Amino acid sequence: MPRIARADVERVASLARLSVSDEEADRLAAELDSLLEYVETLRQVDTDGIEPTSHVIPMATPMRHDRSVPGLDPELALANAPERHGSAFVVPKVIEGEDEG
Amino acid sequence: MSEARPDTEVVIGLEVHTHLRTESKLFSPAPVTYGESPNHSVDLICLALPGVLPVLNERAVEFAIRAALATHCKVHARSVFARKNYFYPDLPKGYQISQYEEPIATGGWIEIEVEDGAGGSATRRIGLTRIHMEEDAGKSIHDSEVTGRDSTYVDLNRSGVPLLEIVSEPDLRSAAEAGAYLRALRSILRYIDVSDADMEKGHFRCDANVSLRPRGQTRLGTRTELKNLNSFRFVEEALEAEILRQAAILDEGGTIQQATLAYDADSRRIRVLRLKENADDYRYFPDPDLVPLVLPEDQIERVRSQLPELADRRSERFRSQYGLSAYDAHLLTASRPLADFFEVAASAHGQPKPVANWLLRDVLQALREQDREIEDAAITPQALAALIRLVEAGRTTAASARQLIPELVERGGDPEAMVRERGLEAVSDAGVLEQAVDEVLNAHAEHCERYRAGEKKVLNFLMGQVMRSTGGKANAAVVRELLTRKLDE
Amino acid sequence: MSEPLATLGSLRAALDSGAVSSADLVEACVTRARASQESLHAFAGLRAEGARADAQAADARRARGELRSPLDGLPVAIKDNMVQAGELTTCASRILEGFVSPYTATAVARLEQAGAIAIGRTNMDEFAMGSSTEHSVYGPARNPWDRERTPGGSSGGSAAAVAAGVVPGALGSDTGGSIRQPASLSGVVGLKPTYGRVSRWGLVAFASSLDQVGVLAHTAADCAWLLEAIAGHDSRDSTSLPEPVPRYSEALGGDVSGLVLGLPREYFVEEGGDPEVLSAVREAVSELERAGAKVREVSLPHTRYAVATYYLIATAEASSNLARYDGVRYGHRAAGVRNLADMYQRTRSEGFGNEVKRRIILGTYVLSAGYYDAYYRKAQQVRTLLRRDFEEAFRDCDAIATPTSPETAFRIASKTDDPLTMYLSDIYTVSANLAGIPGVSIPCGFAKGLPVGLQLLGRALDEATLLRIADAFQRRTDHHRQRPPEAP
Repeated sequence: MPRIARADVERVASLARLSVSDEEADRLAAELDSLLEYVETLRQVDTDGIEPTSHVIPMATPMRHDRSVPGLDPELALANAPERHGSAFVVPKVIEGEDEG
Repeated sequence: MSEARPDTEVVIGLEVHTHLRTESKLFSPAPVTYGESPNHSVDLICLALPGVLPVLNERAVEFAIRAALATHCKVHARSVFARKNYFYPDLPKGYQISQYEEPIATGGWIEIEVEDGAGGSATRRIGLTRIHMEEDAGKSIHDSEVTGRDSTYVDLNRSGVPLLEIVSEPDLRSAAEAGAYLRALRSILRYIDVSDADMEKGHFRCDANVSLRPRGQTRLGTRTELKNLNSFRFVEEALEAEILRQAAILDEGGTIQQATLAYDADSRRIRVLRLKENADDYRYFPDPDLVPLVLPEDQIERVRSQLPELADRRSERFRSQYGLSAYDAHLLTASRPLADFFEVAASAHGQPKPVANWLLRDVLQALREQDREIEDAAITPQALAALIRLVEAGRTTAASARQLIPELVERGGDPEAMVRERGLEAVSDAGVLEQAVDEVLNAHAEHCERYRAGEKKVLNFLMGQVMRSTGGKANAAVVRELLTRKLDE
Repeated sequence: MSEPLATLGSLRAALDSGAVSSADLVEACVTRARASQESLHAFAGLRAEGARADAQAADARRARGELRSPLDGLPVAIKDNMVQAGELTTCASRILEGFVSPYTATAVARLEQAGAIAIGRTNMDEFAMGSSTEHSVYGPARNPWDRERTPGGSSGGSAAAVAAGVVPGALGSDTGGSIRQPASLSGVVGLKPTYGRVSRWGLVAFASSLDQVGVLAHTAADCAWLLEAIAGHDSRDSTSLPEPVPRYSEALGGDVSGLVLGLPREYFVEEGGDPEVLSAVREAVSELERAGAKVREVSLPHTRYAVATYYLIATAEASSNLARYDGVRYGHRAAGVRNLADMYQRTRSEGFGNEVKRRIILGTYVLSAGYYDAYYRKAQQVRTLLRRDFEEAFRDCDAIATPTSPETAFRIASKTDDPLTMYLSDIYTVSANLAGIPGVSIPCGFAKGLPVGLQLLGRALDEATLLRIADAFQRRTDHHRQRPPEAP
C-alpha cells in the first residue's frame, strides 16, 4: 500500500507553491514513497524520553542591543526587483478569496 | 445590547497583536518607523535576501517579560522561536518567526470592570492563555486607485517589527466586556511603556473569536473569527452584529459555519472573508537559525522589581491614601502620567480632593478640547495647586480660575501673575460689593419675597446675578454673606 | 605531471621570493580557468577584472611591506552559494538568475580582508542539493581525473578547480558531505569545520542546522591557513560559536604517536561499496599506525539511521529556507502571469530544478500536519542519539577514521534516475553534520586510477587534531601530489 499517492503530492506541492504535471506527480509519488519507506526504519529506534536536538552545541541565547542602523538606500533595496513602482515592489493582484495566513 | 436569548451564552476570546516600542526590529537592526515611504526602513534581513540570518533584539525580550509579569503570567525560563510557513507577498521569507509550542509566557489574567446589571459594577477576571513574541509582516497595498487594476504594491517597512501576541481565554461574555478588556489591556501596556498600543496607528490590532452555546454547556459552540478590527468602537459593534447573526441562524435551527469575517463599519454588516474548510497548515517547526531563548531567573526578577506600580494597585492606593472615590481613583490612574501629575499636585497643594476635582473636571476638559495628553500639556502640577489655592484664599473666583485653565494647559504660566495681569482678582471689598448686592436686590424684589417666604435656593439665582454684574470677579463668600444678611433683615 | 604541485604554501614562497607577483598568479589562474572550463565546467563565473584590481592592490601592499596575512595576494575560488557584493550569486539555480548581491558573506569577507583574491565562483549542485554537481543550471562539472565522471558534489566545482590546478584553494559548503565527498572523489583535501565555527552569514541556506562553510586545497597546511582566516564568532549569525579560534597552523608539523584512531565497525562492512576503496583506506590507517598512532575499534550503533535522519531534517529545513524564492523581490519571475497564485507557482516551478523540487516536496510533507511528530520530531530525536554515539566513541579515541565515500567517482548521469542511490552515497559523511562535529577528507590512494579519500572525524572544536593527523599523513605519503591527466 503506497504511503504517498498522487493526491498527497499535489496537496504538498500546492503548499509549496509548486505546480506538478500528472506524470511528475506520479513519478514524485513513487520516489517519495521509496524514500519514506526508507526513513520509516527510524520507527525501530527507541526514542522514549530522548530530547530532540535543538542546537548541536549548547550556548547562551545570543541577542543584540536595541540600536537601529539606518535602512538601506531604497534604490539598493529594489535593485533586484523584477517589478517596482517608485520604492514599492509590485506583484500581480491576489484573487479575492486567495489564501493568506 | 445583544439579543441572544437569555438561555444562550456568548463566548468571546480576543487575540491582540501589539507593536513593541523598540528602536529596531525584532531580528534585525533596521529602524522601526511609521509613515515612511515604502521600503525606506528595510535592511538585508527585512528583504529576506539569500544568506541573511536573524539575531534577537534584547529590549523586545525585556518588554515581553514586562508585559507577562504585568498580566500575572508565568514567564518561562525557556521558550522557542518557531517558523510559521505560508506564502504572501508581504511575508518576505515565506515564513514568519513566531513562537508556537513553547511561548515566553502563559497563564495570566486581567481584571475588568463590568456593569452588573443592577446599576452597579463588578470586577471580572479574564484569563490569558498565552503571550508570545513574533515579527510583523509588511504591508500589501491593494487599493486599485493607487495600484491599478492588476497589481498590488508591497512595502516591507513594517516587516520584522516586534509584536506581542496576547491571547485571552474565551472568558468574555459580551461585546461590552470585550471593550473593557481591550481598554484594560491597553492601559497596562502603556503603563509599563512597552507599547503605545494605539489602535488608529495600527499598533494594537484585535481579532475576535465568537461563539454561542446553551447556558450551562461547557463545550464550546462553533466559532467564527472577526479580523481587521481597528477601533474599540468597531470591536464592540462588530461583536454585537456577529452575536445577532449567529443567534438568528441558531434560532432558525441552522448551524454556524467556521469562517473568517470582517466588519463593514459603514453598513454595519458582517462580511464573510473566507470559509475555513480546512485549518491552515503552517508546518510550524523550531527555527534552526535561532537557539532557544533561555532567561535566567535573576533577569526575570530584575524586570519584576523594576515594574512600575500598575493601574489597579495604584487605584486602590489612591482610594485608601487620598480618600478618593472608586470612580475618581479609576479615572485618575487610567494613565500613568495623569496619576503622576495628580500625586505631585496633591502633594504641592496639600489636599487631594480639590486637586482631583479640578484635574478631572477642568484640566481633562481642556486636554480633550486641545486633543492633547497630560504629558504634552504645559501646565505643571505646581501651577494647578497654586491656582486652586488662589481660589480658596478668595484671591480669585472659581469662574475666573476656570478661564485660565485652557491657556495654562496650552502654554503654561504662573497663575498668580496671570490673575493679576488680567484683572481677575476677586473683588472682596465689601463696600463695592454691597453696592452690587443692593442693585440686584432692588432689581429682583419678587425673588427677595420668595426667599423670605422660605425658598432658600433662590439665593443661588441672586448670587449668580451679583456674579454676573461683577463680571465673575466677586468673592463668592463675601457676596453670599452680604446677600443673606440683607435678605434676613 | 611535470610541474610541482602549486599549493598556497608554495605560491606564497614564490611571492615572497619575488619570483612571481600576485598579478602573475591571478592571470595564470584566469587563463587556466578559461582553458579548462569547456572540459571541466568547474566555474559558474569569473571575476577577472575584479581579481586583477585586487592583485594590483596586493602587490602594492607587498611592496610596502604591509602584508595582511599569509594568504595575502593568493588566488582562491568561491562556491556560488556564498554572496559577494556586486557579484552574481545564483547557487546554480535559474530562480536566482540575475541576482546581484548587495552584501558579502562573512567567510568571503574575511578572506578578502586577509588579502586572498577570489578569481571566480564555482559550479555546484543547485542550492547545494546533490552529490555530483550534475544538478546545475550551468551543466555538470567534470572530474579532472576522468571527465566522463562527476567530481562529486555539491562543491564539485571547487573540488575540480583545485584538483585540476586552476586555483590552489577554494571555499565550499558542507551540509551532508558536500565538501568531503567531492574532495574524496577529486583527490584533494576538504575540511568541514565544527558547526558554528565559521559564520553562515551570507551562505545561502540549504539546511540551517547542518550547513557549514569549509575549505578545499591540496594540503592540510593550506586548509589550516584558510580555516584560520575565515573561522570565528560573527554576531550576525546566532548559531555562531563564541569560542576563540586557535592558530591552526600550529597543528602542522606535529606527529601522531600516541594518538588513538577509532575505526567504527559500522563503516567498514564489506558490503558497503567498492572493496578497493576499503582496502586503500585500510592501508592509509596502517600508514598512520606506522607513524605511531594507535588503532581501536569503536562503535557508532545508530549509523544505519543516519541517512534517513539527515534527509528528513535537511529537506524539512530546506523546504522552509527556499520559500523566499518567490519572484517578488529578486531573481526570476515567470512572464505573463494571470495573478499572484499563478506567479508563485510558475516562478517556482520554472526556477527550481527537479532535485530541488523533489526535496522541497519531501520536506514540506515531513513538516505537514499529521506528520511532524512521526517524521521531523522523530528524526531530531534520533539525531540526539547519533550525537551521543560520537560522544561515547570519543572517550576511547582522539579521532575517528573512515572511508569518505563508499565508492570512487561515478559516471555522469549514472545515478540521476534513482535518488535513493544518490542519497546513500552520503552514508559516511552525514553523521558529522548531524552531530555538528568537524571532518576532513584527505587523498589516501587510488582505486582503478580514481582518487580515494580517508575521512577523519573529530571532537567538536578539535579541528587542530584533524589537521595534525592529516598533515603528518601527507608528510609520509604523496597521494595528494598526484596530478590528474591534462585536459585534451
